[in-house]
Amino acid sequence: MAARRVSTNMNILTINPLGLQLIVGVLIGIGAGFLGSFMVLKRMSLVGDALSHVALPGIAIAIMLSLNPFFGAFGTLFIGIIGIWFLERKTMLPSETLVGILFTLSLAIGILITPEPELLEALFGDINKIGSTDLFLTAGAVLITIILMQKIYKGVILDIISRDLTRSMGISVNTTNLIFLILVAIVVALGLKVAGTLLMGSLVIIPAAAAKNISINLKDYTLYAGIFGALCAASGILIAYYFSLPPGPMVVLASGALFLITLLLKEKK
Amino acid sequence: MYMEKVLSVDNLAVSFDNQNVLKDISFSVEKGEVLAIVGPNGSGKSVLFRALLGLIPYSGTVAWNKNLKISYVPQKLSIERDLPLNVEEFLALKESNRERIIQALKIVGLEDEHHIEKHLLRQRLGWLSGGQLQRIMIAWSLLDDPNVLLFDEPTSGIDLGGEGTIYNLLKKLGDQRNLTILLISHDLNIVYKYANNVICINKEMICHGIPSEVLDPKALARLYGGETSFYKHEHFDH
Repeated sequence: MAARRVSTNMNILTINPLGLQLIVGVLIGIGAGFLGSFMVLKRMSLVGDALSHVALPGIAIAIMLSLNPFFGAFGTLFIGIIGIWFLERKTMLPSETLVGILFTLSLAIGILITPEPELLEALFGDINKIGSTDLFLTAGAVLITIILMQKIYKGVILDIISRDLTRSMGISVNTTNLIFLILVAIVVALGLKVAGTLLMGSLVIIPAAAAKNISINLKDYTLYAGIFGALCAASGILIAYYFSLPPGPMVVLASGALFLITLLLKEKK
Repeated sequence: MYMEKVLSVDNLAVSFDNQNVLKDISFSVEKGEVLAIVGPNGSGKSVLFRALLGLIPYSGTVAWNKNLKISYVPQKLSIERDLPLNVEEFLALKESNRERIIQALKIVGLEDEHHIEKHLLRQRLGWLSGGQLQRIMIAWSLLDDPNVLLFDEPTSGIDLGGEGTIYNLLKKLGDQRNLTILLISHDLNIVYKYANNVICINKEMICHGIPSEVLDPKALARLYGGETSFYKHEHFDH
């Protein structure tokens, strides 16, 4: 079914499949790297990793309804995030605990209801199965993420330094965090195409961690994180294509290699 | 001497989990006043600031004059050494105009423009010394031309020699700009030297008035001694 979708879409937009994968992969890499840079500063990298698993039941439902998996994944991520945001305020349990509970429950439900042929794809991602719809969807979602992040970044950074200071300036920390979490849901849902629910966390963590190794200021840090995200996605997809390997793990391995290089550069400084 | 009231606090109480952290706090602050808040660790000084700013729920009345601009600098800032944020980016979180940022840095005694432009603004926030960071925080607090400054332990993390410099600077700025300053301090010498008025709290109000008049041995014994398990800060005996 997914293969049919690719061929139909190719008629509409005459980009060869590898070109399409590269463009979508690079866009996702930029979005994940850029947003990931803030997640790393907020010490949310593992929250993002765990959250990606919440997408699995959504992907299963989307497959059953013949919808683009992005919408299913975003739907369950959104519900999960609102649930955590709400429960965190009501129960005073740390979000880490809540994410941990939600993540395992979702993974269990997801594994039960995802049709077996699609389970591997959902767990590890498969950017081979994308169409031109994905291109427009990704471009739009990444653009929205970057624009909204520009609007809320002051609150996000100040909140890292001091919550009281942020609130004393009339910035609503709750609203800022909610918008931020929704952006995380968007980026995670997008990244599932590339890396799947099990490896998605690496797309937000590793490029940002690599950028942090070599940046002194925020501008360079967020810029490098976006560029590194794009570089890792592109190199991973290309290596996978030429050596007939699965793209998701190759993107993650490329990120790991880049991280090591920046770590060496940091040590030399 | 002072005419215009900028803040009236009446019967303020704060409780967390049904435990009183502050109770029966009443005082007022007049324009241009430097009010010091003293008390042992855990006495509720920072909680008082947070209540004054409306950051936590409280009972009683906190009435600020209308149209005041209040700048607050908390005691604890979580700035890790590897936080990729330089001084310029930090100050730009509050003020986007670079000229105004440089102006604020000059006001706090960093007068060499070449140094500011080429070094200080590009410096990572986490790499600054305690004294440098406090100057940056004072510059931060001045960026939007406030009428009132709230400083929670402005000299924490600064060596003894540097403390006086920071307080001199605050006092000078207060006089020049007719600022009202509320500051939390653990150092009674500083309070005697710089504050017009002091309130001492240890979960409740122990004293309020001119430092040389109200900080008598009896009040200090009530504040730092008695049944509490809090320790006097070492600077207290100077």
